[in-house]
Amino acid sequence: MSVELAATPTPGDATLVDVQGLKLYFPVKSNRGFGRKRLVRAVEDVTFTIRKGETLGLVGESGCGKTSLGRGILQLYRPTAGHVLFRGRDLTTLGARELREARREMQIVFQDPGTSLNPRMTAEELVAEPLLVHKLVRSKAERRERVGELLSAVGLDPSMGERYPHEFSGGQRQRVAIARALASSPALVVCDEPVSTLDASIQAQVVNLLVQLQEEQDLTYLFIGHDLAVVRHVAQRIAVMYLGRIVELADTDDLFANPLHPYTQALISAVPIPDPVEEAKGERLILAGDVPSPTAVPQGCVFHPRCPLAVEACAADVPTLRELRPGHWVACIRADEPRAA
Amino acid sequence: MGVLLEVSDLRTYFFTDAGIVKAVDGVSYDVNAGETVALVGESGCGKSVSALSIMRLMPSSQARTVGGRVLFEGIDLLAIGPREMRRVRGQTIAMMYQEPRASLNPVLNLGRQLTEGMQLHLGISHRDARRRAIDLLRRVRIPDPESQLSRYPHQFSGGMLQRVVLAMALSCNPKLILADEPTTALDVTIQAQILELLKELAADFGLAVVLITHNLGVVARYADRVNVMYAGKVVEHADVGELFANPRHPYTRGLLSSLPRLDAPRSDRLVQIEGQPPDLRDVPAGCAYHPRCAYAYQRCREETPPLLQVGSTGHLSACWVAENLP
Repeated sequence: MSVELAATPTPGDATLVDVQGLKLYFPVKSNRGFGRKRLVRAVEDVTFTIRKGETLGLVGESGCGKTSLGRGILQLYRPTAGHVLFRGRDLTTLGARELREARREMQIVFQDPGTSLNPRMTAEELVAEPLLVHKLVRSKAERRERVGELLSAVGLDPSMGERYPHEFSGGQRQRVAIARALASSPALVVCDEPVSTLDASIQAQVVNLLVQLQEEQDLTYLFIGHDLAVVRHVAQRIAVMYLGRIVELADTDDLFANPLHPYTQALISAVPIPDPVEEAKGERLILAGDVPSPTAVPQGCVFHPRCPLAVEACAADVPTLRELRPGHWVACIRADEPRAA
Repeated sequence: MGVLLEVSDLRTYFFTDAGIVKAVDGVSYDVNAGETVALVGESGCGKSVSALSIMRLMPSSQARTVGGRVLFEGIDLLAIGPREMRRVRGQTIAMMYQEPRASLNPVLNLGRQLTEGMQLHLGISHRDARRRAIDLLRRVRIPDPESQLSRYPHQFSGGMLQRVVLAMALSCNPKLILADEPTTALDVTIQAQILELLKELAADFGLAVVLITHNLGVVARYADRVNVMYAGKVVEHADVGELFANPRHPYTRGLLSSLPRLDAPRSDRLVQIEGQPPDLRDVPAGCAYHPRCAYAYQRCREETPPLLQVGSTGHLSACWVAENLP
């Protein structure tokens, strides 16, 4: 059902998105001092690639910058520094018009379909809008047909197109949002916590739908989430963020089998497993303290104040993200030390 | 360990213009002294409203408890006068809500909020209450507790505030804490901190906990017994080990198998429950779950199954096919 518009990439070119040294700072008004500006360093010097056809998971706790990073890639936030190459073209240099054209291939599904969908538009209008913006249909009849296809593809009856967002359940609303994102036949979809607001019994439906659509339409996903189990299910590779930085990036199975960063280890350990037998076995690694504010990021390794392995050197320099094993990147100076089990 | 709380056939309805919403429709469960009992279910299943009903705190003026009994140490909380009820709310049963910021007064400092209840309900002096507040903040591991008393809620993170709320909940020596999604608004590493603390302090103080959550992982880690709720009813009840090892209601099974798990191999597709939870103004006849149930037959569409014992002692399921599930 997908319209064949996507440019065929040169064979062997596996990279769809190349993020280089991306920084996103936001000024915040200071409530003390006279106009003294503080900066939220939401994304701090992030470099990674997204391969064509993969799902790259991006996990971290609230305020770690994962949503900002997703939006920064799409240029919904213009970066403070760094580059985002999409099919080799630097998005950060594009003007508004070129960017609008480029966005046909890059779409986003937001966390809460209750607020991301215009309540005054019907599902049909919502799904048709990208088709009109990008001039992808020539007639009303064609538009209707295409919207019908898209609604069917996300598991909604085309007759539901006349309904307004409030007339749908949460899961159905997210389906409408997905249909809208797919309308322009994008190559990349940033899924920003797409199932976080959904109930457990509905979550599986939407996750399955996203996986199925990816297979059918050859989509690439950046899947942002805080639920490790969900991200592990959908992603082939996972990047772990903490306070604006990627602290670990690896193939999904490798990340869970051999987490190298102490933060990743704590994050995995904190997730309760729905099985009391498993739960009774585990020694838990409970982190002390809170995540620091992104306006007052610690010196050196951003994780060192909470890190059980921190040594003096950790407070001095920011550890670089290095490839410790093939495809397994970690930003921790102690990651390659043998550890007591 | 005796029975502390016994809820039987509790019914709380919302009388709205669009019809009667049966949010809690015949819920029964009990809690023994010192144990943690989970109420688990999806949004709208009635788990929160059932807890609020115990405290006679109605979430809206349209809501009314229309039936049932809530025996706490043998006394029916639905029948006592407002003065006795105030004592129960302030002293014997404490509550923790999902959003700690909403349970604290933003314009009062922590000291005032912590000591007020103790002075009122324990009849102790301001100085003693203050000393006790400092001690409680230390117990919930708030650093430098003495100087925190003069600070205000907005100066704390969500995780820290939930610790304060826990300290406040413990302050008047309650016997039971109703914890309504106490960590849902928090990040997973902070959630682990708070739940470990709750577990540890509940054991130290000999408290019973009713843990309301949608997270089956949290249930597995922290509960002794579990009630699974669906559409205003308890559909399954069992000890935590039994429930997870041998679920006897198709909804419980569906929930368990639809969750991606960190300890299981990755699969291509999640097992999904089809359809969606019913509109509580118009719950399906018979078993409310039957339109989504793979095992449903004629009787399920006509007769509401009661919560009956299946297999081992204390394992209850409201399902006509509970005994014959594959």
